[in-house]
Amino acid sequence: MKQISAFLAIMMLVLLAGGTPSLAVEPDEVLADPILESRAREISTELRCVVCQNQSIDDSDADIARDMRLLVRERLVAGDDDEEVVNYLVARYGDFVLLRPPFQQNTLALWLAPPIMAVVIATLAVLFYQNYQQRRLAGTGPDPLSPSDRAELDALVDRIGSTSPPNPSNRQRSRFRSEIEEGMKPLPEGDDGASQSDNANTDSSGNQRQS
Amino acid sequence: MRRLVVILPVALFAALLGVMVALLTDGERNNDPSRLPSPLVGKPVPEFSLPAIADNIPGGFSTDDLKGHVTVVNVFASWCIPCLAEHPLITQLAADGVRVYGINHRDKSADAITWLRRHGNPYRAIGFDADARASLEWGVTGVPETFIIDANGVIAYKHAGPITPDVLERKILPKLREVEGG
Amino acid sequence: MIAEIGQYVLIAALVLAAIQAVVPLWGAARGEAGLMAVGDRTAIAQAAALLIAFAALTHGFVTSDFSLQIVFQNSHSLKPMLYKVSGVWGNHEGSMLLWVLVLALFSAAVAVFGRNLPPTLKARVLSIQAMIGFAFIAFIIFTSNPFARLSPAPLDGTGLNPLLQDPGLAFPPPLLYLGYVGFSMAFSFAIAALIEGRVDAAWGRWVRPWTLAAWTFLTGGIALGSWWAYYELGWGGWWFWDPVENASFMPWLFGTALLHSSIVVEKRDALKSWTILLAILTFSMSLLGTFLVRSGVLTSVHAFATDPERGVFILAILAIAIGGALTLFAVRAPGMKGGGLFAPVSREGALVANNMLLTLAAATVLLGTLYPLILEALSGGESRVSVGPPFFNATFGPIMVPLVLLMALGPLMAWKRGNLRTASRKLVPAAIAALLAIGVTFLAVPDGPGLAPFAMGLAAWLGAGTIAEWGGRIKLFTSSPTVSLRRLSGQPRSASGMSLAHLGLAIMIVGITGSSAWRTELVTTLSPGQTVEGAGYAVTLESVTEGRGPNYSFERGALRIEENGEFVTTMFTERRFFPVANQTTTEAGIRTTLLSDLYGVIGERGRTPETANAWTVRFFVNPLVPWIWLGALVMVFGGLLSLSDRRHRVGAPRRAANAVPTTNKPPTQPMPAPAE
Repeated sequence: MKQISAFLAIMMLVLLAGGTPSLAVEPDEVLADPILESRAREISTELRCVVCQNQSIDDSDADIARDMRLLVRERLVAGDDDEEVVNYLVARYGDFVLLRPPFQQNTLALWLAPPIMAVVIATLAVLFYQNYQQRRLAGTGPDPLSPSDRAELDALVDRIGSTSPPNPSNRQRSRFRSEIEEGMKPLPEGDDGASQSDNANTDSSGNQRQS
Repeated sequence: MRRLVVILPVALFAALLGVMVALLTDGERNNDPSRLPSPLVGKPVPEFSLPAIADNIPGGFSTDDLKGHVTVVNVFASWCIPCLAEHPLITQLAADGVRVYGINHRDKSADAITWLRRHGNPYRAIGFDADARASLEWGVTGVPETFIIDANGVIAYKHAGPITPDVLERKILPKLREVEGG
Repeated sequence: MIAEIGQYVLIAALVLAAIQAVVPLWGAARGEAGLMAVGDRTAIAQAAALLIAFAALTHGFVTSDFSLQIVFQNSHSLKPMLYKVSGVWGNHEGSMLLWVLVLALFSAAVAVFGRNLPPTLKARVLSIQAMIGFAFIAFIIFTSNPFARLSPAPLDGTGLNPLLQDPGLAFPPPLLYLGYVGFSMAFSFAIAALIEGRVDAAWGRWVRPWTLAAWTFLTGGIALGSWWAYYELGWGGWWFWDPVENASFMPWLFGTALLHSSIVVEKRDALKSWTILLAILTFSMSLLGTFLVRSGVLTSVHAFATDPERGVFILAILAIAIGGALTLFAVRAPGMKGGGLFAPVSREGALVANNMLLTLAAATVLLGTLYPLILEALSGGESRVSVGPPFFNATFGPIMVPLVLLMALGPLMAWKRGNLRTASRKLVPAAIAALLAIGVTFLAVPDGPGLAPFAMGLAAWLGAGTIAEWGGRIKLFTSSPTVSLRRLSGQPRSASGMSLAHLGLAIMIVGITGSSAWRTELVTTLSPGQTVEGAGYAVTLESVTEGRGPNYSFERGALRIEENGEFVTTMFTERRFFPVANQTTTEAGIRTTLLSDLYGVIGERGRTPETANAWTVRFFVNPLVPWIWLGALVMVFGGLLSLSDRRHRVGAPRRAANAVPTTNKPPTQPMPAPAE
């Protein structure tokens, strides 16, 4: 047992009930009728080996998995359809044998959460788009200064600040900066309509723009 | 709105934490496979018919034998160590007058005979289920497992894993009394 | 003696972590450089201490010192040296030691290479790292001591799980840990930024290389692990949506989202609080994975005896780390300034969509993994379900489709405001390639699963789109070859890395499609000399020989494979029996070409007298399966290439302002002095 838990622990990967590799379907189980056999295989991949971590009976070499595989084939030969075979096992082992959980009350959250999350995300995208349209019409479109422009501006201010005697005060610098910034602003683009006078963005060193 | 959105992650995490605490502090969970609920509880015993292990061992029983009386069906095997551990309690149950049937699960007859000779045979009858086909009908996932069946032949309770004195006191005996009373 | 040294340095590491957790943080709060600088030294000392502890444990394994409990439990004197070494982390205690070692190495890397980080940020980052380290070192010392002694010392060990005795498993754990634990850097940077209340483009730039490094390691680790599963487990599967696999996949998904959103932070100073949240979530998934695997909550069916104490300890760590981080986020995030505005159709827009889809995918995997546990807890054990591969295939697949469609488009978009029409024009070749792939696949395998041709089309779309984008950047065919060549050498490595990683995914999709849609198999019983035909091949079991390995005995089957009467190959497959562990493993015989794998395994010898000289033989044709790992390799290579970009170099990123003047001409005209 200790070894098994150690095994689980380090590999963080495939986890096996008995710790041995699985060589599931044995030749003596295989049905002569290839169509029935392929149906059996298909059903087997959807059924859980109930004593295994998360393996289907198709993948597991546990005794019970073999028994269940044989049962699946026995039922198929007896003329059950796929659903009847699955229900036969569910009647004995419960929903736990189904690797694809049935859509029912206790799995509503499981099945509905992904589509609901997708809808929420899509809604957010639409809201975002509307918000963008509004802000664009209001004239607060994309920031005219890219971060690299801004960085360049910072550098410029710093250098000028350090070369122009006497040491300018911070207040001087920030004023200076905002003047240049105004100058670097591109002219408003035609389709943007209003002028971009009020940009909420602040640059990285926290200087507020004066307007 | 924005405040609500940023609280969402920590709220979800707190809920998840609650789930994990519940699972970890549930002492029974780790050692009790019976937490896998059986859909057979409340249903009539499944259709099955099992032969005896050998001629000199009382056995062979089928669905009909489990009707008319309250019975206990114990699934065991000679190779199963927990089965040996619970064997004295099964023996005691039988001595107290409970009708205990055994399903000998995936065993070899010689091994089973030796085992019963060595440890005693408390069973009213034993069905020999070498290929575990009947066990499958019973929804057995491993050995030992124990079922309580009421007088109408309906499965009233299932315990998976060995019966300990604690399990006997807290679960098996009260259930037996309940079934017999009703 | 050496083990005792290991024990002492482990305790020393705990003390160092405690100092590192408190002093720099305090120093940063008070603005004292001296206190902040303590973090550097303790980080390096802590890494050194843990290295010594790890070396001491390795010494115990290499010299087979069975007086050490975990050496006794996990090693054996007959084991080959390589596996004695990998045995160090092939057990709970040792792997936790590796975990904290990797964490400490990352901290030390910040201390050494992070000279250009603002001192307060660096101090806080190191502090957070040390808090995590402290918690896990304490976990090791109090619940999982690797240096526990046995007295008297047993004569020999009880062996390593033979499944682990394989190079494919010896190395994924360290790689996975480098990835898993590497995300702690993004986490610590995020927390530090929340404490400082400031996230800017520079922050994005500092976080990116660490995230990229962790992502690259994790990609490699997961790929190697799945490759191991493929050839060791003997039935040709390579991904099982097992909870333990998912535990490594969720950090990968969140980490991939983080990788992309941190680009937006760096380039556009936007998506800041979202990126912080992703950084927290990514590492939270690593912690959650560690918890799920260590605590034993997953293994509840016919349970393994697990140690609840360990589970409770890690859960407490989780509660404090994740709970604390998310609370801090909830408090601080609303105050964070929004970033630059961008149009929905833009590079940022595409990256946001990428993030949404990846988060949706990760949330789905998380839900599927935890749902059985949640339901069990809420119903008091009365209600139990399984969530297996069919669920994940049904939900994860559909999310991937728009993601992949978008992946070809995104890189073609301009920042801020993209032009859908221009971008679509550039995707014409991709669309043609996709249609061709669908058509060709449909004609070539008309009777396969109906969705397979579309999956191939998706792969072609992504592959061709990526190549077209890359070609556009170097003006391939639209300009003279010399220009293209010059532009090629001028390409930033991070951009080429991105193209490679995307291309890797396209390749991987081909592999996944091929192996899941057109796999054929043959299961039969053969005596030596017998031949069976099927799956388009004739398979002959030529011989079965017995022999001995270092600590196992084996049966080796030689399978002769013919196709249309022509000899293809003879493959050897082994069934190994390890007497010490009383376990059997399988070594598959694999013949790989770029187009498919032929995969043969021998199983058990027949049990009845008639079949005593016959063996179960399984033979699979796995089309395109090598592409899965080829794709992963390309992705890893893309990550490494991007990591080698000068601009990512850990030391280089400074506030951009200081780097610019060198590339800029000094102003020729003196600026007017600011009027006072």
